[in-house]
Amino acid sequence: MRVGVVVFPGSNCDRDALYAATLVGAESYPIWHESADLRGADLVILPGGFAYGDYLRAGALARFSPVMGAVREHAAKGGLLLGICNGFQVLAEAGLVPGALLRNSSLRFEHRWVRLAVERHDTPFTRAIPLGTQLRMPIAHGEGNYFLPEADLDALEASRGVVFRYTTPEGNPNGSARDIAGVLDARGTTCGLMPHPERAAERILGSDDGLLLLRSVVESVAASTERQPVAVHA
Amino acid sequence: MTIPAATVDAVPLHRALGVTDGELEAIQVKLGRSPNDLELAMFSVMWSEHCSYKSSKPLLATLPTSGSDVVAGPGENAGVVRIGDGLAVAFKLESHNHPSAVEPYQGAATGVGGILRDIFTMGARPVAILDALKFGDPSQDRTRYLVRGVVRGVSGYGNCVGVPTVGGELVFHPSYAGNPLVNVMAVGVMEERHLTRAVAPGPGNLAVLFGSSTGRDGIGGASVLASATFGEASATKRPSVQVGDPFAEKLLIEASLELIERGLVEGLQDLGAAGITCAVSETADRAGTGIRVDLDAIPRRESDMEPFEVMISESQERMLAIVTAEQLPHVLEVCARWDLPAAVIGRVTDDGLITIVTGGLDASGAPAAGARELARIPAAALTSEAIIHQRVAAAPVRRRPTPVPDDAPDAIPDSSPGLPERGMDPGAVLQALLGHPDLCSRAWVTRQYDATVGADTVDGSEHGAAVIRVRGTTKGLVMATDAAERVGLLDPWLGAAFAVAECTLNVAVTGAHALGVTNCLNYGDPERPEAFWQLQEGVRGLGDACRALGLPITGGNVSLYNESAATAIAPTCQVGIVGLLEDIGRRVGPVPGGAGEMVALLGAATHGLAGSIYVDIAGPGPDDRLPTLDLAAHAALLRLLPAAAEQGLLRAAQDVSGGGLAVALAEMCLWSGVGADLTLGVGAEPASDLFGEGPSRVAVTLAPADWDALATLAAAAGVPLQALGETGGDSLRIRLVAQGVASTSDERGAGIADDLDTSLDVLRDAWDHGLPRALGDDAWRPEPHAREG
Repeated sequence: MRVGVVVFPGSNCDRDALYAATLVGAESYPIWHESADLRGADLVILPGGFAYGDYLRAGALARFSPVMGAVREHAAKGGLLLGICNGFQVLAEAGLVPGALLRNSSLRFEHRWVRLAVERHDTPFTRAIPLGTQLRMPIAHGEGNYFLPEADLDALEASRGVVFRYTTPEGNPNGSARDIAGVLDARGTTCGLMPHPERAAERILGSDDGLLLLRSVVESVAASTERQPVAVHA
Repeated sequence: MTIPAATVDAVPLHRALGVTDGELEAIQVKLGRSPNDLELAMFSVMWSEHCSYKSSKPLLATLPTSGSDVVAGPGENAGVVRIGDGLAVAFKLESHNHPSAVEPYQGAATGVGGILRDIFTMGARPVAILDALKFGDPSQDRTRYLVRGVVRGVSGYGNCVGVPTVGGELVFHPSYAGNPLVNVMAVGVMEERHLTRAVAPGPGNLAVLFGSSTGRDGIGGASVLASATFGEASATKRPSVQVGDPFAEKLLIEASLELIERGLVEGLQDLGAAGITCAVSETADRAGTGIRVDLDAIPRRESDMEPFEVMISESQERMLAIVTAEQLPHVLEVCARWDLPAAVIGRVTDDGLITIVTGGLDASGAPAAGARELARIPAAALTSEAIIHQRVAAAPVRRRPTPVPDDAPDAIPDSSPGLPERGMDPGAVLQALLGHPDLCSRAWVTRQYDATVGADTVDGSEHGAAVIRVRGTTKGLVMATDAAERVGLLDPWLGAAFAVAECTLNVAVTGAHALGVTNCLNYGDPERPEAFWQLQEGVRGLGDACRALGLPITGGNVSLYNESAATAIAPTCQVGIVGLLEDIGRRVGPVPGGAGEMVALLGAATHGLAGSIYVDIAGPGPDDRLPTLDLAAHAALLRLLPAAAEQGLLRAAQDVSGGGLAVALAEMCLWSGVGADLTLGVGAEPASDLFGEGPSRVAVTLAPADWDALATLAAAAGVPLQALGETGGDSLRIRLVAQGVASTSDERGAGIADDLDTSLDVLRDAWDHGLPRALGDDAWRPEPHAREG
């Protein structure tokens, strides 16, 4: 599996994501924000950080960067796309996933370990996660308070667009509507989440639950390759 | 700010710039003439206390700095120590006290930025930040404003730049009310072969300035802010505070490390205090060269800046690289890719002079036709040969507040309602200690810090020392920073030595060996003999402790003039240590594994409650004295702990420090969620046994089967070992039995002698809410407690 991690100026979890992908046997490489070549990525990751400094609004500038055209095309073709933290904010700003991320209800940056309930096990991002498993990983953000108008939330729930929810005992850390921590686009191939699976990729760091997410993608890529053999990526 | 030419009639220019009449004479001797205004401005920042260490240099020369693994020591941007496998660790502690007092957010933020630059300038990637913050009374509005601003500043900068903030200290003491301390420590990891020095070798080489452009912020930060005592008008000094841009810093880190890893630079220096003046003179002086600066080539934010403003501006996020002509295109390409403006601003020369030229340089680096020389100063005169003052030291007549004699309860200040009294039941005292703002949970602060970015944080939980793994190896780095300000107030020698003892123990309890020591010496006005005596004693204590423990001091920083109109700060020798765990899998944490573990105490108590937090809340007693420090016994304990960890004998270990043994034990219970049933032998002063802060003690838990092995090891090391009981239940019970006195009942009424038995829920409530309560933040909620997996 090939994992391309987009590097915006100000990305600061790119190296972590590149490393975590290697732990599930993937080949990972950075994609510079000025490049439009995703180099045959099976999975594109928009990593955490403060793209372009986030001085305007988290993710507001990154969506205009040259790489985002290629990323949009990749997603439109059903390519797998994962936005983590600031990457989720960029996806939301770009309209690639529904919703917006507001300032945390505490009005502070929040760093802590949270627990996630997995709402669906039939997505490319969750298929390897055993039923009933809660995922433990850290959050670290100032703007992670998921927002949609009530009616749109109902529609999102009806279309099963919610994939991760904050759960007890730690609970909802940022005021997100309906405890939403991660969502899917309508196609189910683009996922955005605030918590950091790449920081929960080894036992020594406190949890390796994040690997389940990456293993799901590996399985999913392998399965789709079996069904419809495609040209080997150079 | 402009050079106050208009005030020349009233005050001579040199005095307005903080240069004394005697110093002006010394400058005239160095130059063989009078300096012009630009030269005087350059001298004023370089000869400031902050840049020149003119009061502390003779003292610092007494410190032990050598060690077989030290790759770079004091005098470099950061200390660097080898850790094997071709790797090395760079670390340093630095203050940003006065800027933070004036503008807390930017002061703290740029403090983080400055120390990070010291680390990556050496060629190391920053992997951790620790912050040691000291404030006045937390119930005061001013303190709350400062706490909020400083914490947000550290958080805003560190989180954005992507370096985890994993540990530190937070202390409240009235002496810091007018002059808070913001000391920041940064740690980086590098390949030893990438070690880069801040030098300007090779006449003809080019000086390239890259990063942010130069503006009017931070003019005279080193001289105006850092090297003078605060008056009422400190708010007017706000323009002297720099403004931070962590996004630019992040780009600077990546570009600088790429330049170093590709071997494109001959030398690299970050711009901090005294800006370009400091960077060119220090790099030239270290290499025995000079630099001719093309003033017009320096990119600026404003077009009408005066030459002196350009030369001494402390605009943040700038670097100076010394580059060969062949590598220049590659250097400019790297900077352009990271969107960093870069400009050739000068040439390395062989004349040992810093020359400032307007009108441009020609292709050979000589002043162009019609160019004018604005300044011409020997580089050494600005740096290595800067003025040194032999200050006068005088011990104060009374070295400690006199306790009220006779009846201890009378000593309790009336202004502190609700505080426990001496002789009160120990459970209530423990509760008060756990809720004390210096000892309670730091979550109110640390939740605002990203502790896990970088995906290397093994323990950034605030529970003891921070642990970072070194990716690609089995190694771990353990880091801590400590001071003993309450002890320092009574005995500055002991305060500094205590800081070293506590910090070494924090590192050793994990099983790590300390690699080296960095420090920040925060003291008062060196021109005041009592304050200078405190500094002298502090440096002596630091040196004595490090020598006795065999630790090299690899770097540090001195911050003087920490006084406000009301008071001088408690003498604060802040110590930072990085230790190495060869096998991070053998790390010992502070959290017991569960019920049924044996609880024991390594080390023997030295009695004395003076300088403790117990005295802070219960009031001083007539017989209070300071605990003593036996450095040989401490060294034995430091040797024992890694050996015990190596053999896998310890389930958990926590050093005894603030709040004493009872607080250390309570913390272990709170963090594991499991209580303990213990028996403690107490002497004539049970409060000292429970809450005394005597050094060189560690509370441990272990499997009962490992007791004999630990006892053998401890006996061989000459370290006392005492069984206390075992873990279990949902309360902390400490039965007190007489030891050396007829019976504990003799002590009832005079000291604490009742057994301690308090539920963890009660202790947790105190610990969880201590800080938000002290700061008046009613809206804050602790996280629900779940055992960490």
